[in-house]
Amino acid sequence: MRAKYVLAEVMVGLWRNVTMTIAMIMTMAVSLSLLGASLLMFWQVQDMKDYFNYKVEVSIFLEKATEEQRNDLQQKLKTDPLVKTADYESKEQAYRKFKEQFKDAPELVNATQMDALPESFRVKLNDPTKVDEIRNKYNGQPGVGQIIDQRQLLDKIFSILGSLQKLALIIAIVQGVAALLLVGNTIQVAAYSKRREVSIMRLVGASNWFIQAPFVMEAAFAGIIGAFLAYIVLVLARWLLLDGALKPLMNATIITPIPWENIHLMLPLLAVVAGVINAVVGWITLRFYIKV
Amino acid sequence: MIRLEHVTKTYPKASRPSIEDATVSIEKGEFVFFIGPTGSGKSTIVKLMLREITPTKGKVYVNGKDITSMHSWKVANFRRSIGCVFQDFRLLPNRTAFENVAFALEVIGKTKSVARRVVPEVLELVGLGGKEHRFPHELSGGEQQRVAVARAFVNRPLILLADEPTGNLDPDTSIEIMRLLDRINRTGTTIVMVTHDSNIVNQMRRRVIEVDGGRIVRDQARGVYG
Repeated sequence: MRAKYVLAEVMVGLWRNVTMTIAMIMTMAVSLSLLGASLLMFWQVQDMKDYFNYKVEVSIFLEKATEEQRNDLQQKLKTDPLVKTADYESKEQAYRKFKEQFKDAPELVNATQMDALPESFRVKLNDPTKVDEIRNKYNGQPGVGQIIDQRQLLDKIFSILGSLQKLALIIAIVQGVAALLLVGNTIQVAAYSKRREVSIMRLVGASNWFIQAPFVMEAAFAGIIGAFLAYIVLVLARWLLLDGALKPLMNATIITPIPWENIHLMLPLLAVVAGVINAVVGWITLRFYIKV
Repeated sequence: MIRLEHVTKTYPKASRPSIEDATVSIEKGEFVFFIGPTGSGKSTIVKLMLREITPTKGKVYVNGKDITSMHSWKVANFRRSIGCVFQDFRLLPNRTAFENVAFALEVIGKTKSVARRVVPEVLELVGLGGKEHRFPHELSGGEQQRVAVARAFVNRPLILLADEPTGNLDPDTSIEIMRLLDRINRTGTTIVMVTHDSNIVNQMRRRVIEVDGGRIVRDQARGVYG
């Protein structure tokens, strides 16, 4: 009976002020979807870092190296404790790779001579973070030309993703503040429109809990609806963006796919966050408007 | 039953206290009038007894409990032992007489079946039998006040506070409400009534406490207004 009463009051409260309720829920949904997106991106960057760290390769290009120098270098790399594997890539192999990569541009392939491509060692490290040590060690050694590691490229991608994530987080916070102000306002209006009931409740000795519960639940309920909408936005975003427009990038394994589990996890996570924060804001608002 | 000990209440920003050094003792089953001109502080006394406000100095005891130092979360429970009636009735316009009275039971956690049993009884008692399903706007002022009295009395409180209950009613209707309060008083309920209706006070011949300028200037058993 209690639950039924509270639920009925919540519905009446939300409906009585329906335009404000919609505004509040929409603002909240935007904020929560950005918060969710930001969180997903954060996880993703961590994930990608692990993934690429595992795969990261250092290319040591040779320049006018004699055979002796090359063997020497190979020997050194093989015995180096930092190095996991070191594969030699000859000019022929490089050329074959090049032809494969640019098979859509035959003019380019034709215009490139096999000799123009450098031979190299493709080095995988035991500890991918020690790239700089490898660079320092082999830079300037006889026959060694450029040393390139993929991390420089990846760091750029990560920094782009990182700033996107920060941007999303900032917008989420700004929108979140707006949403919370709307929650406070909605609860004020709700409390005002029910001031007669509230004053009579106080008069006949209804407990604070009983008076406040419908309002607090109203706020929490709006938050949960907002979270649900945000979840739908995230699902659509993954579906339309990652499975749609950004698919080629994913196929090229530049972006690792965001697992569905992570997105589904957002529903309970956002619902709890929004529900609890809204309830607290609603309750604090009430403390100013309903006094014992 | 109710005891005020050297109570002073100064509202914030007010230059002088609304009530100054008031000491009153009301016994169980008494019927007491607080009289005095507007602004004399008699409504402040009702608010103090209801713990809507706390005194600046002094102590208020109701039902043997010191309500000045009562925890705020205990106030709700305390108020269940007190019924209240006001000049403006304070009924919910979108609820029937029955629902208005039942609301008081509902919000303190009583079940619907209790309400179905108790509410018709108390409406019968206040003389509204057969009008349970009228809305306030379908009732006369006197009848609305009867609903308010029924709501105040439905929990069988030990004390009934009435703040100018006849203020909005014509003399004949006022007399009827007074008869009703008198009947409730005879069941053993202590009644504290604030009024400036001299006719009523003179007719009832009950204890009269006169307040003027925040001070108690007269306390007389079986008193009259003037």
